[in-house]
Amino acid sequence: MSEVFVIVEHRLGEIRDITLEMLWKAGELAQEHSYNVTAILLGHEVSSIAETISDRADKIIISDDEQLKNFNADIYKEIIAGLIEESKPGLILIGNTAWGMELAPCLAVRTGFPLATDCIDITFKDGKLTVQRQMFSGKIFSNVSFSSSAGCLLTIRSGVFPKDRIGDRQAQIVQREFSLKEIPQKKDFIEFVETAAGDVDIAQAELLVSVGRGIGEEENISLVRELAEALNGLLSCSRPIVDKNWLPKYLQVGSSGKSVNPKVYVAVGISGAFQHLQGITGAGTVIAINKDPKAPIFRAADYGIVGDLFKIIPVLKEKVLETRKG
Amino acid sequence: MDIVVCVKRVPLTEEVDLAVDEHKKGIKKDQLAFVLNDWDNYAIEEAILLKEKHGGTVTAITVGSEEDEEVLRRCLAMGADRAIRIEAGDVSRFDSFGISKILSRVVKDFPFDLVFTGVLADDDYCGMVGMMVAEELGINHANMVIAIEIENGKARTTSELEGGLGEVSSIALPALLAIQTGINEPRYVSILGIRKAAKKELKVMDLSELGISDEELSPRTIIEEVYLPPETEGAQILTGDPDKIASDFVEILTKKGVMG
Ligand SMILES: Cc1cc2nc3c(=O)[nH]c(=O)nc-3n(C[C@H](O)[C@H](O)[C@H](O)COP(=O)(O)OP(=O)(O)OC[C@H]3O[C@@H](n4cnc5c(N)ncnc54)[C@H](O)[C@@H]3O)c2cc1C
Ligand SMILES: Nc1ncnc2c1ncn2[C@@H]1O[C@H](COP(=O)(O)O)[C@@H](O)[C@H]1O
Repeated sequence: MSEVFVIVEHRLGEIRDITLEMLWKAGELAQEHSYNVTAILLGHEVSSIAETISDRADKIIISDDEQLKNFNADIYKEIIAGLIEESKPGLILIGNTAWGMELAPCLAVRTGFPLATDCIDITFKDGKLTVQRQMFSGKIFSNVSFSSSAGCLLTIRSGVFPKDRIGDRQAQIVQREFSLKEIPQKKDFIEFVETAAGDVDIAQAELLVSVGRGIGEEENISLVRELAEALNGLLSCSRPIVDKNWLPKYLQVGSSGKSVNPKVYVAVGISGAFQHLQGITGAGTVIAINKDPKAPIFRAADYGIVGDLFKIIPVLKEKVLETRKG
Repeated sequence: MDIVVCVKRVPLTEEVDLAVDEHKKGIKKDQLAFVLNDWDNYAIEEAILLKEKHGGTVTAITVGSEEDEEVLRRCLAMGADRAIRIEAGDVSRFDSFGISKILSRVVKDFPFDLVFTGVLADDDYCGMVGMMVAEELGINHANMVIAIEIENGKARTTSELEGGLGEVSSIALPALLAIQTGINEPRYVSILGIRKAAKKELKVMDLSELGISDEELSPRTIIEEVYLPPETEGAQILTGDPDKIASDFVEILTKKGVMG
């Protein structure tokens, strides 16, 4: 393998953190195995993004076109497949994001390259590539290798690698033009809509008490709400609570909800799926309450209470009220 | 509106201690309960809602064993018109590539306007079969779909992006949409409903009928080993009687400056 491709993800003119994280990992692999790091930047008016990563890649291939302003899996797929054919990179890194999860499988079928999704680590030893990933909601880990192939596609989970620069690189900029008209446009972009606005902003809260599927029934949410109120904190929740329409979307914590940074985050009946944990990386202290001692949340939390929330929460609430009374 | 929905039966892993099997390639499944993959439950519901509105048919498909017919019967009870199971022996020998090859080959010969999959299967956590099937079929696609409206032969879809942003697109049919949780409220299925649906057609096809070569189905990703999560430091567990735990809880909050 002589070259690693990193597909740059950006949205509304801003580079996404996942890009920096992938460049960090690509840079680390490159240092160990003397590969070149090539960033693929497709977009419109993207010079400031190119600037941001110019010392993190050996080459940046830029295609600047009005039609590339917004992500489009079909166009990305054709351009990247062409570039892969040209340069024969051994490894292609794509974000395991909504967009990356649409692009990567299509690209895999298109190129015939093997694909491993949602990778949390990559090792390359004695010419053999192995990735680490999770299964069964994070309760099992696996090491995955690949059938022999000219190259491999990997999608990378957000937040597992640092955003820092690694090594010292000076990117050569290569501008490319592609005749996009020949690529059939299958999907027309209409607009972006904000799906998560509301009257309280959990992102501003100092203390959050968050409720998850462990609450069982909609009526029981009041139990957790009362604890939040006793603490003068705000109530938030995990995704299934919003999926069931029990609480509004703007109270959802996680990758597809909000990122929060309270001093203290209390997770009640939440298992700790990585999409949820991605929303609480900014939390000061995390306290988890869960009856399953093996729940992944206990690996991410600072303090844990193992037990039935229906028994624990009322006692906590009483103690809090008692303490407040003085 | 003819809709094909790809569904998978997966083990329930919440609140159970998973154990690695003797070959370290998978988990022990004999003690586990199985359910319809959560994402697929939303996908089948969405198909039925669209059928109720626009007419047409809903077909549920799974590549799996006889035991997996349980989830197909559930889909029939929810309102699917028919179900197909592709008998392919031990399904764990396929990776997502293989599964999508099989699914696309079956779907190809169908009259369909839409194909639905879930975004993700809760067991392998791959999230790739949907888009692979779309690419194999050469049809339009959208991922992470949280809203669908059909208008003039097109689907207006909202895909959920990170941070609560939605991307609205217009997609010409036929198309494949990978459905995200929360798009609807899946209906309740009673035991009686499942029994009643037993009359509906459940067709079993054999992999050999599809004329796919072994070569095409050979896995491209190989699970070398599965293992329990590495021990990390983890949380400090508060112990003692409930009153002691509550005192410790309040003390932590006080120390962190949020009890003031
Ligand atoms: C693209 C994508 C984006 C996503 N975005 C998000 C997101 O932004 N936010 C998010 O939260 N999720 C998100 N998810 C979903 C995520 O994968 C998990 O499904 C979800 O976080 C699980 O929520 P939960 O922990 O509340 O439920 P579960 O995983 O069902 O956990 C419930 C927990 O409650 C415990 N419990 C049950 N009963 C009790 C009791 N009586 N007392 C104490 N504990 C009890 C159980 O032991 C279990 O650990 C996303 C998924 C995808 C695919
Ligand atoms: N064996 C299978 N049979 C039918 N559909 C499947 C099968 N495996 C996966 N799928 C579909 O593909 C989606 C994503 O699965 P995966 O790529 O395995 O995470 C699931 O939600 C299903 O809709």
